Amino acid sequence: MRLRKKTRERLFIASFLAGPLAVYLTFVIWPYIETFGYSLTEWSGVAPPTKTVWFKNYVDLFHDSIFLKALGHNMIILIVFPTVTIILAMFFAFMLNVGGRRGGLGGVKGIRGSAFLRVIFFFPQVLSVAIVVILFQAAYESNSVGLFNAIVIKLGLTDANHPWEFLNSPTFVLWCIMFILVWQWVGFYLVLFSAAMQQIPRDYYEAALLDGAGRTQTYFKVTMPLLWDSVQTAWVYLAVAAMDAFALVATLTPGSSFGGGPDEHGEVLATYLMRNFQVLGKAGYACAMGVVIFFITLILSLVVLRATRRERLEY
Amino acid sequence: MAADMTQTPPASPASGTPGTPSAKPGSSGAGTERTRRFGESGATLNVFGTGFMVIWGIMVVGPVLWVVLGAFKNTSELNGSAWSWPHHWSFDAFSRAWHTGISTYLKDTVIVLVFSVSLTMLFGAMAAYVLARFEFRGNRFIYYLFVSGVMLPVYLALVPLFFQVSKLHMLNTYQGLILVYVAFSMPFTVFFLHAFFRTLPSAVYEAALIDGASHTRAFFQVMLPMAKPGLISVGIFNILGQWNQYLLPVVLMQSQHGEAPHYMLSQGLVSLMVAQGYSGDFPALFAGMTIAMLPVMAVYLSFQRQVQAGLTAGTLK
Repeated sequence: MRLRKKTRERLFIASFLAGPLAVYLTFVIWPYIETFGYSLTEWSGVAPPTKTVWFKNYVDLFHDSIFLKALGHNMIILIVFPTVTIILAMFFAFMLNVGGRRGGLGGVKGIRGSAFLRVIFFFPQVLSVAIVVILFQAAYESNSVGLFNAIVIKLGLTDANHPWEFLNSPTFVLWCIMFILVWQWVGFYLVLFSAAMQQIPRDYYEAALLDGAGRTQTYFKVTMPLLWDSVQTAWVYLAVAAMDAFALVATLTPGSSFGGGPDEHGEVLATYLMRNFQVLGKAGYACAMGVVIFFITLILSLVVLRATRRERLEY
Repeated sequence: MAADMTQTPPASPASGTPGTPSAKPGSSGAGTERTRRFGESGATLNVFGTGFMVIWGIMVVGPVLWVVLGAFKNTSELNGSAWSWPHHWSFDAFSRAWHTGISTYLKDTVIVLVFSVSLTMLFGAMAAYVLARFEFRGNRFIYYLFVSGVMLPVYLALVPLFFQVSKLHMLNTYQGLILVYVAFSMPFTVFFLHAFFRTLPSAVYEAALIDGASHTRAFFQVMLPMAKPGLISVGIFNILGQWNQYLLPVVLMQSQHGEAPHYMLSQGLVSLMVAQGYSGDFPALFAGMTIAMLPVMAVYLSFQRQVQAGLTAGTLK
């Protein structure tokens, strides 16, 4: 018996969606939802949670000095890391795309070797965080064998007997982490901004040129305003990345488990969450932290999207 | 999960410099004069800018090369001075690293990846295809359900995910990690391929249906081959993302009842790093890292354009 056309189509749709949806709902959506429920319980993470404590976990969080410290660090990362990354990426993208000396028409040409530099700059992005960790572990080594200490010693900033304690220093540790983040992400946003720059019609540059604008002026008056959309997107994604930083802090910085740096000077929310969950046996508390991270990310995205909303120019 | 699978981003392949010169109206006398002035106005910026870019390039490549060089040194050379050059290039460290576990991690990672990437591509393409080309109730809802995963931080799901996998008795198993990888790669894969399937023409597909092909057959024999460029981009993205994944294996692949843990490469390297901290065999650690980096390098250098396009895809609007 032949099925009706409509029925056959329905069966086909259902059979194609069943597998993907089942996997996705089981391992992504359901755990996300469960987090909210678990965050209201006192739960060691061994047997199923029994006691509902409502918002106690959240109240506790805001009296937890380590949590507040970690939150503060996340906020610093959140401000410094995207700003530096975007400024550098914008500058590099501009140089690579329109910074050329003898520009063809309207000076719109990248500097020499820009294709090569683009490949190099993007490279950290494809490296596993584990490899990045090993690289910088070796580079930050607090003896004269570490790459960065070898450089500061060569430069005469210190002598071989007093190498800098990069990751062990309460003042430096957070900056060391942020340096790695910027190192890793600049190339990505450089490529992103380049793509956006290439969509800007060349006539705009020609017009600016004919009006006698210099290169710096062209950059601030033509390129930048037209890139606003991508900058906005970049902020949102960088904010998400800034709330992460788990692997770097957990493996690079000293600390009992999941790092945290000297006296929690490098602690971030993600590492503190993992420690509560896997070491301290406070899974419910860790879930509450997860919810807080979620809301911070959400609010940030909304704020960024709102604050940077501008009239969009279609071209 | 930073550079990996939840993150999405755009669309236009970052290739080529803006505009290849074709017919240009400004190359007359006055135009050249202006062009020159324009060029000069940025001379300082240029010297400074180019210099800075070269320095940044060195900062990116420097540490990588330095560590790769370290793999060829012996321990005493490595502990002697940061600037020493390997005296005789030895591959000892590579074989030591290979035997301290890298070969096992590599094998485990390859097994997981073969299945997880194929399944990700199959499931992703199926869902994206149905959502992009068929009208039915709940279509938009399911699409947004899939795509919303792109923005959610993994930490939010981590604790329950662990128990979910535990309930299914899949902790420290290949199949558990494979399914989790597939699930977490779904948002971006569906998002990317959805856009792709929408742009494909319907004519060929309709012809196939008229010729009596079933929907399933039309999908596998007509639509999938047409979507090849999109599948390649998102496939490379997933290979790199899953190869480099760190957080999920750390949570899910731990020794459960005393049996040996099936470490993934990234995870294994970090544990090797901790172990090397005590034994002090840094050349072996650096060699292990070099081994882990080689496949990524090969993929990146050969598909550099697709990698950049794939990784940045979706960030733009």
